[in-house]
Amino acid sequence: MSILTEALKKRILILDGAMGTILQQNNFSESDFRGSRFKDFHKPLKGNNELLSLTQPQAVAKVHRLYLNAGADIIETNTFSATSIAMADYGMENLVYELNYESAKIAKQVTKEFNDQNADKPRFVAGAIGPTNKTASMSPKVEDPGYRGITFEELRIAYKEQVKALVDGGVDILMVETVFDTLNAKAALFAIQEVKEELGIETPVMISGTITDASGRTLSGQTAEAFLISVSHIPLLSIGFNCALGANQLLPYIEVLARKTPFAVSAYPNAGLPNAFGNYDETPELFADQIKEYLEKGLINIVGGCCGTTPNHIKAIAALARQYKPRPVDILLETLEHII
Amino acid sequence: MMDLDISRRSAKRVLKLSGLEPLVVTPESNFINVGERTNVAGSKRFLRFIKNGDFESALSIAREQVEGGAQILDVNMDDGLIDGKEAMVRFLNLIMAEPDIAKIPIMIDSSKWEIIEAGLQVVQGKCVVNSISLKDGEDTFIKQAKLIKRYGAAVIIMAFDEIGQADNYERRIEIAKRSYDILVDTVGFPAEDIIFDLNIFPVATGMEEHRDNAVHFIEATRWVRENLPYCNVSGGVSNVSFSFRGNNAIREAMHSVFLYHAIKAGMNLGIVNPVMLEVYDDIPKNLLEHVEDVMLNRRADATERLLDLSTTIKQTSKGKVVDNEWRKGPLQDRITRALVKGVDEFILEDIEEARKSVDRPIEVIETFLMIGMNRVGDLFGSGKMFLPQVVKSARVMKKAVAYLLPFIEEEKDENSSSAGKILLATVKGDVHDIGKNIVGVVLACNNYEIIDLGVMVPPEKIISEAKKHKVDIIGLSGLITPSLEEMVILAKEMQRQKFKLPLLIGGATTSRAHTAVKIDPHYENAVVHVNDASRAVNIVSDLLNQKKSRTFVDELKNNYSEFRTKFLERQVTKTYIPIEKARSNKYKVDWKTTAIVKPKQLGIHQFDDFDLSILVDYIDWSPFFRSWDLFGKYPQILTDDIVGEQATELFNDAQEMLSELVSKKLLKAKAVFGLFKANTINDDDIEVMHLNGQADLESSDAIKHVTFRTLRQQAKKAEGKPNYALADFIAPKEENIEDYMGAFCVCTGFGTEELASEYEKNLDDYNSIMVKALSDRLAEALAEYLHQTVRKEYWCYDQGESLTNEELIKEKYNGIRPAPGYPACPDHLEKETIWQLLDVENRIGVKLTESLAMWPAASVSGYYFANEKARYFGVGKIKEDQLIDFAKRKNISINKARKWLITNLAD
Repeated sequence: MSILTEALKKRILILDGAMGTILQQNNFSESDFRGSRFKDFHKPLKGNNELLSLTQPQAVAKVHRLYLNAGADIIETNTFSATSIAMADYGMENLVYELNYESAKIAKQVTKEFNDQNADKPRFVAGAIGPTNKTASMSPKVEDPGYRGITFEELRIAYKEQVKALVDGGVDILMVETVFDTLNAKAALFAIQEVKEELGIETPVMISGTITDASGRTLSGQTAEAFLISVSHIPLLSIGFNCALGANQLLPYIEVLARKTPFAVSAYPNAGLPNAFGNYDETPELFADQIKEYLEKGLINIVGGCCGTTPNHIKAIAALARQYKPRPVDILLETLEHII
Repeated sequence: MMDLDISRRSAKRVLKLSGLEPLVVTPESNFINVGERTNVAGSKRFLRFIKNGDFESALSIAREQVEGGAQILDVNMDDGLIDGKEAMVRFLNLIMAEPDIAKIPIMIDSSKWEIIEAGLQVVQGKCVVNSISLKDGEDTFIKQAKLIKRYGAAVIIMAFDEIGQADNYERRIEIAKRSYDILVDTVGFPAEDIIFDLNIFPVATGMEEHRDNAVHFIEATRWVRENLPYCNVSGGVSNVSFSFRGNNAIREAMHSVFLYHAIKAGMNLGIVNPVMLEVYDDIPKNLLEHVEDVMLNRRADATERLLDLSTTIKQTSKGKVVDNEWRKGPLQDRITRALVKGVDEFILEDIEEARKSVDRPIEVIETFLMIGMNRVGDLFGSGKMFLPQVVKSARVMKKAVAYLLPFIEEEKDENSSSAGKILLATVKGDVHDIGKNIVGVVLACNNYEIIDLGVMVPPEKIISEAKKHKVDIIGLSGLITPSLEEMVILAKEMQRQKFKLPLLIGGATTSRAHTAVKIDPHYENAVVHVNDASRAVNIVSDLLNQKKSRTFVDELKNNYSEFRTKFLERQVTKTYIPIEKARSNKYKVDWKTTAIVKPKQLGIHQFDDFDLSILVDYIDWSPFFRSWDLFGKYPQILTDDIVGEQATELFNDAQEMLSELVSKKLLKAKAVFGLFKANTINDDDIEVMHLNGQADLESSDAIKHVTFRTLRQQAKKAEGKPNYALADFIAPKEENIEDYMGAFCVCTGFGTEELASEYEKNLDDYNSIMVKALSDRLAEALAEYLHQTVRKEYWCYDQGESLTNEELIKEKYNGIRPAPGYPACPDHLEKETIWQLLDVENRIGVKLTESLAMWPAASVSGYYFANEKARYFGVGKIKEDQLIDFAKRKNISINKARKWLITNLAD
């Protein structure tokens, strides 16, 4: 895997943009989501985007292709919510392995097409591991602050199942993202360590937290530096922030990471803040203009987009990032070289 | 492979923990205090709450610990009558819902592994496990350590193995070394995440074998810190005084003495009850000697002697024999007197009496204390009291308020009324806070609520905290020139976010001119330069007075605008010449005739533990008084008609603290300097040749080149007056003369922060400010002393020199020592070159912040020029052409150069 660290040393790597935003443009109906395989399923399935990897795989592959054409170096699998915990809403817990495995396969197939055409610009697949829809550090019950809707142990087991399937499907990177509760992320990291030890593999890990608002804290209340300290116990390929905020608002927290971590730094903000209708309307130009400040300050190694970003957004930042040097991480990568 | 690498990957290998907020334990950190009251084994009250299922009250103990200054919270549920695992999980879950508690890291304390693991599974931050050991053999030890690492926690290792607990020096280091090697080599545990508990056992038990208990702990601590890289040492302090249970005066002294020596040996964390701690300096001399005899096992009869002394100590109160006639007066008079005189001895009993006399505790503040403080304010306003006294009054006030707070909280009715909320911060990159603290104290005395964000505060934090606390005013402070730019940045940001709050600007480099010209235009609302603390109160009160504020702000804006216009008009009359012309008008030393002395000892020299007592005579006292807003020259100021009495009192207090600092070696002073071959090249640059490592001076490949870039005056000069640059004082290369220069950095601030925050913890701002002001003076004194030593003993160009301190202050010697950031070389960036040349950070530990301020703050760095013609001058303003040329010479972007020289650029 030294191709990855080689690339990371030389340039700023581009991560893809939003998956859901683009999938929605297909206006898939309930029956499109179901396909033939789940046409008699006992629960409504519209909105279960991860399921599309099984029922509309060509649509998922198309999104990957759009982002790779736009200049992405790393694409994320369509597996953000593919854990038994999140899938419980649809009653599809038993499909978790298949969802992750097939999603990884689709992404790998598409990157292979691109890598075969141009070996000079290697493309990578990151297995997306979302936060689930439960929090291990906070109580969902106002009247009982000591209550927890999920335990570390339950999260560890669910994550382990997802990680195993992603690895079997061939992902190049494991990506724990949109971390709003650090304890959830620690359970994911714990599971990853277990899988790596059991299989004797060294898949690199990216982690990306979410600062929820201008307080500069995660949803579970940690500052950027506290988050960094809490997850730095395993060797990471990168650490960063994504989602919730636009690029401008996210900048000070990325600066904290860039100053304090020996790992590579990633950022993939939203296309601004949602408007009154919940949509994101920051144009690619406006988005890229803000990312420019990250680049000028030499803060990042990996950059992409989250909610509301499109292939045009990615294209705009890819063009821009080519003109800048990545944040220096030579010493780190030499160490990582042994690991990966 | 991977597991081993993790312990090597980070450049800064220090213990880092987190709750909701980070805790980074650096060598410069204070001793880290672990709160111990949330421990069922140590606190009967806590045990009772847990047993009764009263978790709400148990939480309040945790909160008291955090508010009392605990930086880590130890939680222990090991009791035979409770389900420890369930209690641990329940309690930690509840803590996570309390941000004011959860902000600090948790120490999960249990002798049962299943309780530890259950705790690790519910805390998001990086915890400390307390503890594991080799007690049950290596296999268990390795298994547990691996899991702790996977959960991402640090760990306390008890000095315990298969044979038993370590109880002497040899066993302590044997077990520590064995544990360390297994953790680092087999498990791949990061060494900085290891904390040794080397077993603190009681002394003075009467048993012969316990005599060396403290000494062995201290010596083992020293060994561990010196031989096991990056690890930490902790311990439960109260054990040491176990034999004096019931005599708190003795126990408190014992704890302080023990900690004093253990911390010096390298103990950096510990479980200490802050209430059970005497200030080391406040321990009566006689008692101190007896306790140290016991602790350090200095006399055969030490225990007996301490026992004898203890029977008398119990009876005598701490008070001195003074005239207490005033104690018989009415309550209000007593409280007012205590505030005016700054005497805190009886304040708590008086406040308690006052509290009982009113319906609501808040009334004690609103009547008794405010009447007293108004009196202080009147005296201060009419010049009958001076700042040092007011700060002392504030100390008493703070104590009284702290005493009342729990009662007020208990009452919990509508919020107490403060006159207004004021946010204070030293801006990003700057570490100086003496002035800010003084302003904070003075305002607090006047009933303003102060939100002090401390030093090095980034702009976004100032903005967010201002919003969060809904403050009424923001006050910014800074001492170094880059801070001026930070203030402009913040003003612009406040404008962008449409703030309405007034902005106060203060600190040594700030000026009315800078505020009016550079800050005021960027912010539509009030911007006020506050040049001294006594004015702050009036300004703030005018700004917040609803009736007056509109006119006040309008007047202010007009004033600044007028000032600006006049200032700028004055500016344009100055003319500048191109840099090339300035260079041809350089100052010319006659290199044929001038004396150049080759330094006797070229190369880099270093002092790691400089004797402070030498420096006392080298202190320049006048700036010390200025830092307290007392203006006048020393020693005349002591007999000045107006401020003389105050200055004398302040001076006496300073002398007292100074002699303690010196005699107890509370501060560490370090210095590094180097003397090098040097020549000027291309007019304005000085090329310095220095040895690479220990190699021979004459072998050419061992020599490295470092270049100092100097700035040249560009203002048009009168006929015959040169345009100076520091490079003019070094022989140009083309003259083929070997010339020399030096560079240095000194620091006397190692320990200052710890002492200051110790004072702050005791609500003693007066001494906190005092210790910082004295540290600064000592640093200047060390710079002066070192310069003299260099002239006489290392460079030897002025061996015959014999000057009094007064003459030294007046700089009546040959040669200069200009400092980057000051008028002759306003460019702070050259500090980086000095750091590189002398390897300053590695050698003596002084760091540069992102704004290139030195840390610890009590530091001085600069160059040595020996030429008899060398003189101080101010570069003044420079033009764009020199800026561009400077950036090119230095190989940095023009934008970077502009950022650092912005205050020197002519418009």
